[in-house]
Amino acid sequence: MNTHYGRFGGQYVAETLMAPLKELEAAYESAGNDPAFRREFEEILRDYVGRESPITYARRLSDHLGGARIILKREDLNHTGAHKVNNTVGQALLARRMGKRRLIAETGAGMHGVATATVAALFGMPCEVYMGAIDVERQSPNVERMKMLGAKVHAVTEGSATLKDAMNEALRDWVTNCDDTFYVIGTVAGPAPYPQMVRDFQSVIGVEARRQCLEKYGRLPDQAIACVGGGSNAMGLFAGFIDDPSVRLVGVEAGGKGLASGEHAASINGGRIGVLHGSKTMLLQTADGNVIDTYSVSAGLDYPGVGPEHCHLHDTGRAEYSVINDDEAVAAFDALCRFEGIIPALESSHALAEAIKRAPSLPKDALLLVNLSGRGDKDMENVMRYKAGAKKAD
Amino acid sequence: MSRRIEESFAKAKAEGRGAFVAYLTIGYPTLAKSEAAADALVAGGVDVLELGVPFSDPFADGGVIRAAAYEALRQGVTIDDVIALAGRLRAKHPATGLVLFTYYNLVFSKGLESFAEAAAAAGIDAVLAVDLPLEEREELLSVLRPKGIGYIPLIAPNTPLERVADSANGLENSFLYIITVKGTTGERKELPPDLLGRLDAIRAVSPLPVAAGFGISTRAQAEAVSAHADGFIVGSALVKRLGAEDELKGGLLP
Repeated sequence: MNTHYGRFGGQYVAETLMAPLKELEAAYESAGNDPAFRREFEEILRDYVGRESPITYARRLSDHLGGARIILKREDLNHTGAHKVNNTVGQALLARRMGKRRLIAETGAGMHGVATATVAALFGMPCEVYMGAIDVERQSPNVERMKMLGAKVHAVTEGSATLKDAMNEALRDWVTNCDDTFYVIGTVAGPAPYPQMVRDFQSVIGVEARRQCLEKYGRLPDQAIACVGGGSNAMGLFAGFIDDPSVRLVGVEAGGKGLASGEHAASINGGRIGVLHGSKTMLLQTADGNVIDTYSVSAGLDYPGVGPEHCHLHDTGRAEYSVINDDEAVAAFDALCRFEGIIPALESSHALAEAIKRAPSLPKDALLLVNLSGRGDKDMENVMRYKAGAKKAD
Repeated sequence: MSRRIEESFAKAKAEGRGAFVAYLTIGYPTLAKSEAAADALVAGGVDVLELGVPFSDPFADGGVIRAAAYEALRQGVTIDDVIALAGRLRAKHPATGLVLFTYYNLVFSKGLESFAEAAAAAGIDAVLAVDLPLEEREELLSVLRPKGIGYIPLIAPNTPLERVADSANGLENSFLYIITVKGTTGERKELPPDLLGRLDAIRAVSPLPVAAGFGISTRAQAEAVSAHADGFIVGSALVKRLGAEDELKGGLLP
């Protein structure tokens, strides 16, 4: 199994976690060779998640911009409202196959927590979710959803009280309870085999979108654009097009208040190589090697590292990574609401904002495929609060 | 290469006791108090000092050491401060083994070559990186080896014996740090019932001395472990007392 991606990746964990990681590697390999596993995974994605998700031509928005056509991959229409569930279904199936009785997860925006709590209910497994206390506050609807689904939510108050601290606490739980507990990581970060495993489970996004584009437009998109926090929806989208050199792969990082402000979560654009949560990654860190508190209006992108494969794709130049600030993301959020009747997640609004930036200067027959990775119901309060704050600042 | 760690364990053995390895989070409660505590520990008979470098994301640590690390970071203590402190301790205590105990990013971020150089100049004998298992350690070992600095591997309750042997392989002036329980650092009322048998099994395959840590806080626990290991490690129990400002009065272990 591939554990490194160029300079990145690896298994930088405490020794107690090496045995569980090897057990997971072996189980994942054996599941990959078992057609029955694949069948069950696909059946649940179809009958429970509601796949495949459509692609939608954002006609009024594209006309308004007057350039390329913007096509949305509608992961927001999945059960639970985001792409996260593709991965949690896969990992829960694997947990059951390994005889693990309990699921734990970290969550930022709460979408991965909800998706884990959902599959835990579906499979009848107890579930505990770690969430930074700040995120608990700014994404309270998702906290209620997790509780409704029977999960126990732990608010983590240490450090910056966001996603990285939730992941620290989940790792502490796992190192203590690894015999009977499966750690469902929500993104393409963490120690091997998680980056590859999560990418594989999410690759359904890109595989479907590629086929749908060919069917509907008779051609591949010119660019495939997705937001990148840890980077699982982007890796899932990119996986479908990685061998199509004509398709530009564009990851969009959270610029927060702007790279120059220091208050952002753009690990590739603003960080340097480091080690966190099990892998070598581009990391937002101080000169002394301590991890910096990140900031983004979007809780789901608020993470100081990024999946190792993204770092490698950046190194090789196969993918490019740009930055969208809070104000641009919120403007894109508004635009999609008004022009298309779709309320996008703030995370996905970053990808959308990049497409909105690029579209006007491109020809009308150009296709920009944007991964609309989640819906924005969870962000309503947050957006209203952001706008109130912005008004005050004016 | 220094022989201080090897010699510390040999000396304890000759005296019919387990080597006493003590961990401190450097910078807690202050840098000056860490230095005073280290002096007191050496005076009290500690053979090897582990100098813990505070890290922003201590995901392998329990509450006591985490709180200490956050406080040290709040005061701005960096890995360079810890290396500088090691240098001062080396000058005062020429025979004491000094281990730099760290999360890997702190040394990786500093630049491995420049870290190794600074550590060697300070008289650090060995490095222990919490999150650097066998699979990933060669990168660090390749810069430590030429400087004569050793490496301390961790052995977990679920580490197979074959892997124990692999972990010890090629190391000198070192010991195996045996983690007594699955979990984070911190005191435990009772050590696991199968621990002593496990220590015997590890010792049988290890060419290096074997010391047990995580959860040891009393003299009775240290003595029980020492009958089946070459040494014992005390961390959280000491860090907690330093926070309570008792300055280790009344002996190092209750």
